[in-house]
Amino acid sequence: MTQLPLLLALQASPPAPPPAVVPADTAWMLVATALVLLMTPALAFFYGGLVRSKSSLNTMMMSFAALGAVGIVWALLAYSLAFSDGTPWLGGTANALLAGVGTEAKGTIPHVLFLAFQGTFAIITAALISGAVVERMRFGPYLVFIVLWTLLVYAPVAHWVWGGGWLMSRGVLDFAGGTVVHINAGVSALVAATVLGARKDYGRQAILPHNVPFTLLGAGLLWFGWFGFNGGSALAASELAALAFTNTLLAPMATLVVWVLLDYFRTGRATAVGGATGIVVGLVAITPAAGFVSPVGALLVGAIAAFPSYFAIVFRSRTRLDDSLDVFAGHGIGGMTGALLTGVFALKAWNSAGADGLLAGNPAQLGVQALGVASSFLYAGLMTFVILKALGFVTALRAAPRTEGLGMDVSQHGEEAYTSGEGSILVMPDDATPATSPAAALRPQTAAR
Amino acid sequence: MKLIVAIIRPDRLNEVLEALYRAEVRGLTVSRVLGHGGETDRVETYRGTTVKMELQEKVRLEIGVSEPFVGITVNAILASARTGEVGDGKVFVLEVDQVHRIRTGERDEGAVTPTALAQV
Repeated sequence: MTQLPLLLALQASPPAPPPAVVPADTAWMLVATALVLLMTPALAFFYGGLVRSKSSLNTMMMSFAALGAVGIVWALLAYSLAFSDGTPWLGGTANALLAGVGTEAKGTIPHVLFLAFQGTFAIITAALISGAVVERMRFGPYLVFIVLWTLLVYAPVAHWVWGGGWLMSRGVLDFAGGTVVHINAGVSALVAATVLGARKDYGRQAILPHNVPFTLLGAGLLWFGWFGFNGGSALAASELAALAFTNTLLAPMATLVVWVLLDYFRTGRATAVGGATGIVVGLVAITPAAGFVSPVGALLVGAIAAFPSYFAIVFRSRTRLDDSLDVFAGHGIGGMTGALLTGVFALKAWNSAGADGLLAGNPAQLGVQALGVASSFLYAGLMTFVILKALGFVTALRAAPRTEGLGMDVSQHGEEAYTSGEGSILVMPDDATPATSPAAALRPQTAAR
Repeated sequence: MKLIVAIIRPDRLNEVLEALYRAEVRGLTVSRVLGHGGETDRVETYRGTTVKMELQEKVRLEIGVSEPFVGITVNAILASARTGEVGDGKVFVLEVDQVHRIRTGERDEGAVTPTALAQV
């Protein structure tokens, strides 16, 4: 998200007129915020379709829960740590507890809208990580993890790249979050999958997607929401927003085509799960580049990005690494490919606030992009490891193997995705659950509701 | 010649299949069934509606075996399906009058003994 113009405005000398809210920009950003929020339920469908039916509700709830837990911690503290003035490493607490966030202009949109727009990014980033720990991580520790992760990993990295931190001042180009969102979440997913260990059935029996149409629905809705993600990152209803929007249309098209062709030539079949994955990888790859490259550049970014992620998934599935829904291959590798290709294809002719890339005769930009990739990779990886290990000392991160075998839906939520109702007996509110039942002791909340 | 019918937990099915495979028991039928074996009821809540799931999902295995295989098969199931908690299931061993293999028309022992063993 280029806030370069915004920051320049803030740093301008006092005689400049106070920034004013522009209605057109506000209108577009209101829509864009709603679009990005939709991406988290979309992710729930994308992920939910890829797991076994006995854990599908739990998988979807991991995304939905971020809407609540991460959204609140964002509004109360993480926003301030990311976007208020502070050191090059971390923002201050000037906007903590929503202090000083009113309807005054931030750039050309109301400050509250800026907070809301950025909040939707924090929510989906945390939710993305869940794909690496599905079908085994207990729900409570997961909630604590995403809250801590938002404060300790997302907020600092967002500050580095967008909030006036050290990567921003070095000129790292990250239009809508290739580094902050995707590399960050992808690397954290890799570490989380390693710390938690593989599902008990992983590598011993086939673990198949239970609802591929859900996955296609999720991919489609993610694409729809991503227009707000990238187009909205212009923070204005501008030419730049139109460029980012169009690039968000073109890049995934190219990735989809290349991915399906790779599938076809490797296995002789064009798969639906492959197509859905290709769309998401294309969206990830164009995210850092959306407002810096030409539409032709976007097609090339999308086409090239299919290769590293595709072969990373092929390789990963032969290892013991149970990054269950390939968050690292999709978002980590896709994000890194996009961030580096931004340094290759960026053109100042399309965005004067951006920079020229390698092909326009500025190889230094590629180095700057690599610095952004490496620093967020190391920081997110290290911090995720520390948070999960610390949490693991306090409580068990994983469900017991028996619980895992039964499925996470019944054990974590007391519900099933697909019930027939056969053999079920209605419990009247008064005599709720027999106190002697061990099942009731395990789920005290059922009696309370 | 016996028919072994086993009711087991669905989450133990893969372990049982693996154990049967190792014991060289080939040829079986698996069906998903609902049943109740005295285990505690599972309680679920849907927007204020609390229900007790009296019937649990179980898996039924049906395996026709020749006499030498009865003990092997039963032991393989017992060892692999046990969790030690109520609801692990049952194994029934039933007499069988006749068995016919449809493809070849083989009868009785010949129709249920693993081919490799029969040729020895």
